Amino acid sequence: MKQVTLTNISKTYPNGVTAVHPTSFDIEKGEFLVLVGPSGCGKSTILRMIAGLEPITSGDLDIAGKRVNDVEPALRDIAMVFQNYALYPHMTVYNNMAYGLRNRGTSKTEIDKAVRDAAAMLNLGEFLDRKPSQLSGGQRQRVAMGRAIVRNPALFLFDEPLSNLDAKLRGQMRIEIRALQRRLGVTSVYVTHDQVEAMTMADRIVVLNAGRIEQIGTPSEIYHQPQSTFVASFMGAPPMNLIDADYRGNGRVYLKGGLDLPAPVETGRPGAVKIGIRPESARMVEIETDGALPFAIDHVEELGAIRLLHGKVADQPFTVHTSHEQPVPQGTAWLDLKTSAVLMFDGATGARL
Amino acid sequence: MNRTRFFDHFILILGVLFMVGPIVVAFLTSTHDPYEIHMKGLMTTWGNDFLATYDKVLFEKGGFTGKVTGLAMLKNSFILGIGFAVGKIVLSMLAAYAIVYFRFRMGVIFFWMIFTTLLLPLEVRILPSYEVMTKLGLVDTYTGLIVPLLASATGTFYFRQFFKSVPEELLEAARIDGAGPFKFFVDILIPLSRNMVAAIFIIMFVYGWNQYLWPMLMTTDESFFTLVRGIKQILLVWVGAQIPDYNQAFALAVLAMIPPILVVVVFQSWFIKGLTESDK
Repeated sequence: MKQVTLTNISKTYPNGVTAVHPTSFDIEKGEFLVLVGPSGCGKSTILRMIAGLEPITSGDLDIAGKRVNDVEPALRDIAMVFQNYALYPHMTVYNNMAYGLRNRGTSKTEIDKAVRDAAAMLNLGEFLDRKPSQLSGGQRQRVAMGRAIVRNPALFLFDEPLSNLDAKLRGQMRIEIRALQRRLGVTSVYVTHDQVEAMTMADRIVVLNAGRIEQIGTPSEIYHQPQSTFVASFMGAPPMNLIDADYRGNGRVYLKGGLDLPAPVETGRPGAVKIGIRPESARMVEIETDGALPFAIDHVEELGAIRLLHGKVADQPFTVHTSHEQPVPQGTAWLDLKTSAVLMFDGATGARL
Repeated sequence: MNRTRFFDHFILILGVLFMVGPIVVAFLTSTHDPYEIHMKGLMTTWGNDFLATYDKVLFEKGGFTGKVTGLAMLKNSFILGIGFAVGKIVLSMLAAYAIVYFRFRMGVIFFWMIFTTLLLPLEVRILPSYEVMTKLGLVDTYTGLIVPLLASATGTFYFRQFFKSVPEELLEAARIDGAGPFKFFVDILIPLSRNMVAAIFIIMFVYGWNQYLWPMLMTTDESFFTLVRGIKQILLVWVGAQIPDYNQAFALAVLAMIPPILVVVVFQSWFIKGLTESDK
């Protein structure tokens, strides 16, 4: 069942800048959807339009089967968690959570029950009388979550909620938020620029670029079957290696320096292409085998469990991901490119071929 | 290390003496009788007339018409000071709220219009203001004393800057929490502005308390006299061989200083917070 439907939603600011081009997608009930993209891609604008904080220029927004384009945020049955938490600094944790319910005219006993339940769920029980300034970043984040939970909304909206936390806490909150969302079963839209958050938390990811959707899919689809060079290079750390090549329609692609590879697909349209290979799909071998490409290693990044070898293939930057057990070759190594993991993109448009 | 600290304290003590000295002298002088003061000038010793002088100043009716006591003047000064402070805060907060949070036509122009009134203090527009008040029949009323001075560009500007520093997300969170413009103002902005309000309260209270020119113009009835005017009134009676009651003038001056000092002492921690830090 669809909980949220966006139909040709677009946003143009009064100064003529178009932040979001007409965009359509659905969000299923109970789904955790992540909007991801670089800054300025329109992901926050979309979220804010869903929240009602930003007027929609054109298109239709339906939440729970009702068109809500002109409905006040408070009446859209949503709750939002902000990047800076946006807790009311002068109110106690309890009042921060209760404020929205009070404005709705919920009875005192009901408010009390909702707040205490949420506090128990978030381990905030002992902090209810404190002010936000007396809490740590993680605790504030949880209060912000609690404020969203007590409203028991049809839709949770998260606007980069973890970007103010340190790396360790972020990893922990990622799991907490997702576990909580599963437990409550509330449909959620989560905006982030962090592709790790997107990969680890999402049921489905929407990758945005310059106000347009690049691709919608499960984390696995987005990672393994990117539909454009943008998605391929945005998702994954380090990103997918993209090498310029020439496709001549004869089943092979030709790289610089007289190297060639079997073409991963046949398009029948010769021209400039880009060959994409994930760093972990390129297998490094010590001796030259049939079809292997020479890999000139410049720099080694030691990450403990794995190593990242940065270097050049056919004179273009290339990164290979190896296990720590594998010895680091000196100078030039050879790469055996598993053909099934090699993708081909149009050289001009960046679209997947 | 110790030497530096000694020197630091020395400078601070000098500063204190410099600031407090004149007040102590004024206070000590007020405890002598006027003839002695007239002959010997300022006094640095304790005189014999302390109780008599302050009793007279506070409770004896004085002035030309003999209608006003020091206590009444104290009350008038308080009405003026508090009326000023409260009125200015309410007015400038509402103005700043409108300017910062509502997009209305020519909002920026209105803000700058308010701002340019800084260039037109009361002294510049005193005649037209007086004329308006006379036509409205507000001479010799508290309304006439307070209202023409309520518009405060300074206050509006302070609150505008403060409201602008309140994170946008708080407003958005409040909107999602179902708080309309009025609720947001009352439930969120006013409590957040607490320190700011205290700071402006002090400034405006002292400003109102020390008003001299406007009350002199607006009130002819002595029952509206403020302390500051009372001091002047005592010194005005130099007729023939009569000596002004210097002791009373000094006593009134000391009395006139106490409330502003108390206000500053009570509010000072908020005052500093309000003007320097912003706890958001």
